[in-house]
Amino acid sequence: MKTKSNLERVLESKIFAVTGELGPPQSADSEIVRRKARILKGHVDAFNVTDGQTAVVRMASWAACLIAKEEGLDPIVQMTCRDRNRIALQMDVLGIAALGINNMLCLTGDHQKFGNHPTAKGVYDLDSIQLVKMVKDMRDEKKFQCGEEMAVEPRLFIGAAENPFADPFEFRVPRLAKKVAAGADFIQTQIIYNVDKFAEWMKMVRDRGLHEKVKILAGVAPIKSVGAAKYMKARVPGMDVPDSVVARLQGVPKEQVSKEGIKLCIDIINQVREIEGVAGIHLMAIEWEEVVPEIVEAAGLLPRPKFVP
Amino acid sequence: MLISEQKPLEEILSYLEGDKNVFIVGCKGCAEGWGSGGEKQVAEMKNTLQEKGKTVTGSVVVDMLCDAALTKLKLRAYKKEVAAADSILVLTDGAGVQTVAELVNKVVHPGCNTLSSGGAHAEWKEAERCLECGDCVLEFTGGLCPIARCSKLLLNGPCGGSQGGKCEVNPDIPCVWQQIVDRLAKLGQLDKLERIVAPKNWSVSLTSGPPVKRHS
Repeated sequence: MKTKSNLERVLESKIFAVTGELGPPQSADSEIVRRKARILKGHVDAFNVTDGQTAVVRMASWAACLIAKEEGLDPIVQMTCRDRNRIALQMDVLGIAALGINNMLCLTGDHQKFGNHPTAKGVYDLDSIQLVKMVKDMRDEKKFQCGEEMAVEPRLFIGAAENPFADPFEFRVPRLAKKVAAGADFIQTQIIYNVDKFAEWMKMVRDRGLHEKVKILAGVAPIKSVGAAKYMKARVPGMDVPDSVVARLQGVPKEQVSKEGIKLCIDIINQVREIEGVAGIHLMAIEWEEVVPEIVEAAGLLPRPKFVP
Repeated sequence: MLISEQKPLEEILSYLEGDKNVFIVGCKGCAEGWGSGGEKQVAEMKNTLQEKGKTVTGSVVVDMLCDAALTKLKLRAYKKEVAAADSILVLTDGAGVQTVAELVNKVVHPGCNTLSSGGAHAEWKEAERCLECGDCVLEFTGGLCPIARCSKLLLNGPCGGSQGGKCEVNPDIPCVWQQIVDRLAKLGQLDKLERIVAPKNWSVSLTSGPPVKRHS
């Protein structure tokens, strides 16, 4: 094992993994983090704590991770290049590892234009692939980006994201290959609603043998309302919401829509599970954490194995 | 006035590895003024490359390389020489390199780093093309600049927000990475994008203060 990560142990044991997501509050309220963490506990193997998702100011990912860890969970810190140059990134990597956090998801980050401080200066000193490589070199070579050596390395299980639905489609798998070559241990994908396109992408992944080099967790998320589906379809960058999904939610009475959204999510989990090379799911019930236990149970993914207290 | 200086010869030669026949382009505007790619430097480069065993199929020094209409006209007279070349070496700032890349269906190598706009911009009316970063990456990106034209300055390919050829930030912004992938696909050079591009050297850019010493 490269790290003390629970997620790494689950994946190495070839158990179909479940990761969740926790959005920190737009305040200094630690209770919100604890409440969300308690909902996820026992239902996921690890969970991401977002890092200023959609460029909105929220509690720092590492700080919320630490609070959640106190609740006995294995958090995945998210780290974006939008707000930090290579100096700040490496300082945070050292601090995060020193605090006992075992997993890090390396992202470029949502553009500052989408958040609540659109006049901010974006940093983007590194991109996500360079960040993955930098963390990998810190862990495995004990080297900073400048080449200098360190005494105690950060032992982090390294993740990255990939979007099978973005363009140019033919370049998405080569880009995944770059992330793998850079040192990613696991990949979490964009939320999947177009299962056919995801399957096509997975075939390209298998054709290059990438599923044997990296653990791929398929991104899934329940939809709460018809409005949310339409919003994602039209406004969220990099999302692919087929008309059939909107139609399915529209086809039930209004008070049944959220239930149907949960059912749809479970159906998608069952479909992606059948695709060769999918090592688990990444369940993103953003600001709807309370449905995670129900979804994981209905998908037959309980109980979760436990390796790390 | 775009201020540029030639890249180290070893770097230029590494770009030309595998290319036997090279066509050289210079400019009588800024590049001549700064001694990076005028008549004299183009002639010197021609000799240097021939000494290194390359065949220079021809060369041209355009009055204003960043003027696409003028450059198109000029290059028409060198159709045969350009066709005979494996690639084109452009000894100007990033704007000039991108003009040639847009006009010619061949691999275009940047021979210079652009240090500063010197208070003015090149003849690209519709879009910013060069941010004078001082460490030109056009070699790896098909002659299209992700520093000036990608909202996240990405060096290793498109982010997850590129859809239908548009940038997630604004539908009026074309995704330069889509353009880069399209161009390299057309040139049969998509494999160029498989390499991991290392973190960029920003110390030679204007973020380190005005370029006082670098072009003395």
